[in-house]
Amino acid sequence: MNEQDARAAVLAAIGEVAPDVETEGLDGAARLRQDLELDSLDFLRLLEVVAESTGVNTPEDDYAGLTTVQSLVDYVAAYG
Amino acid sequence: MGEFRMPSLGADMERGKVIEWLVKPGDYVHRGDILAAVDTEKTVMEVESFEEGVVAEYLVDLGVTVPVGTPIARITGTPADVVAAGPPAAGAPSRPTPPPAPAPTAPPTPAAERVAPVPAPKPAEAPEPSAPLTPPIRHLAHQFGVDVDRLHGTGKHGAITRADVEAAAAQRAAPSAVPGHGPEGRVRSSPRARRLAAELGVDLASVSGTGPGGAVTEADLRREAAARGPAPEVGAASVGVESVQAEAVAAAPATRAPVESRPGGTATSEAAERVAGLRRAIGSLMARSKREIPHYYLSTTIDLSSAVAWMQQANADRPISSRLVPAALLLAASARAAKDVPGLNGFFVDGVFQQSTAVHLGVAVALRGGGLVAPAIHDADTLTSDELMARLRDLVARARGGRLQRAEMADPTITVTNLGELGAEAVFGVIYPPQVALVGFGRVVERPWAQDGMLGVRPVVTATLSADHRASDGLRGGRFLARVDELLQKPEDL
Repeated sequence: MNEQDARAAVLAAIGEVAPDVETEGLDGAARLRQDLELDSLDFLRLLEVVAESTGVNTPEDDYAGLTTVQSLVDYVAAYG
Repeated sequence: MGEFRMPSLGADMERGKVIEWLVKPGDYVHRGDILAAVDTEKTVMEVESFEEGVVAEYLVDLGVTVPVGTPIARITGTPADVVAAGPPAAGAPSRPTPPPAPAPTAPPTPAAERVAPVPAPKPAEAPEPSAPLTPPIRHLAHQFGVDVDRLHGTGKHGAITRADVEAAAAQRAAPSAVPGHGPEGRVRSSPRARRLAAELGVDLASVSGTGPGGAVTEADLRREAAARGPAPEVGAASVGVESVQAEAVAAAPATRAPVESRPGGTATSEAAERVAGLRRAIGSLMARSKREIPHYYLSTTIDLSSAVAWMQQANADRPISSRLVPAALLLAASARAAKDVPGLNGFFVDGVFQQSTAVHLGVAVALRGGGLVAPAIHDADTLTSDELMARLRDLVARARGGRLQRAEMADPTITVTNLGELGAEAVFGVIYPPQVALVGFGRVVERPWAQDGMLGVRPVVTATLSADHRASDGLRGGRFLARVDELLQKPEDL
């Protein structure tokens, strides 16, 4: 999947999990936990929504590397 | 038969307002049926009927704050009472809605719930005057100005159903229908789907439903939203009734760096007001707790290596949707320990501690935008960690989406607060009266851990207990934390 599609999918998922976050123009460096205030349940839901739209299933071992918006976009682009 | 009053949805609730009616005059309700969504200062909750009967009329307007105990709807004992009393719309001065059909009889509905003609049943060619008809349906038909003799019943034995009447009313009203109003032309959808539509900025009328009776389902909405790309900001839905529910989430903290401040002054100030109200409610309850409850505090560090290893193993084979998080195990262990160790699970009322046999585990849920609520997972001690996980996800989603039920807010017997991954290492909480204990878990961290003369690095969590000295003492409390520890060493049994 190209990065643009991956980014669109990730932003749509963030918009669903955290409706108060303005996803348009969201900085790729924004940290999912600290900046977007996603807790572990939100994070799980985020991965679930991304999996639904892109088919990318994230094993738990890979959670640790997914800290920023950009890291998730790259992950989806790589595996989607 | 009687008045349905604004219920008390927690020890700290003094007033509330109805923000959505989920029944209409003429509806037959059973005990336990959800009547309305009520906004307390803390959250939005669904309240259920305490009796069986027919909703005769609303007694308060939407959005008007009234004290606990104020009659908000009149419920009559039998359908016959309603019919005998005539249409409640006529001449009832307190009734907030305009007169009957084709004008809307339901309260103003969210903008997202646009009017669209519902596929109507075939035109009535042969009148069936003998079609079975229940009094509430006749009453509804009367309200809508629908001639039941001309309807073709789609129910059992040709009975005319509510849907038949509504469809006929929709057919009549469609040409002149006012968007955003009334049951006529109402798109079949659940309240949950309507909220989702508002969240996603999807016009219900533009979605073709695949659910029962053409109802628009959540899946339909998600498909529609996905097809249109990223959802517009939630502010788009922040008009009318629905905005109240969105306020808690709309209140983005100003400190959230990468997020620009949102447009829409009204939504922002309402959100700020809501957060302020929530803060006041929490403040008053916590002040009462500190004034009345002689707290004592205990803390212990628990080795989570077994629990974490077991969880990772379990998660490896699962789709994301059924994976566990450590919180589920911590809650499961707390619920079982509360059952096993007396003196901590129950209420202190009228100078006496009453142990509860059931464990209704309150879970402190932080709301996006500030504040927290602590609704209960009922009978948590009887649930497996998987079941608890599912309930936790559901509860958190509803708490943040603003849809908790009365019982969930009113009756936790002990509460757990879990700071999660970004929190501090330990939390010494304030007990929610009339409960007598609050269990706290900090962040799971890796620490050097000595065991059997060996040193290793393990994931650990600091578990704390704040308890009421009128109901227990430190020895009991210590047993409780030790029991939590013990249970977490055998996660497969949780």
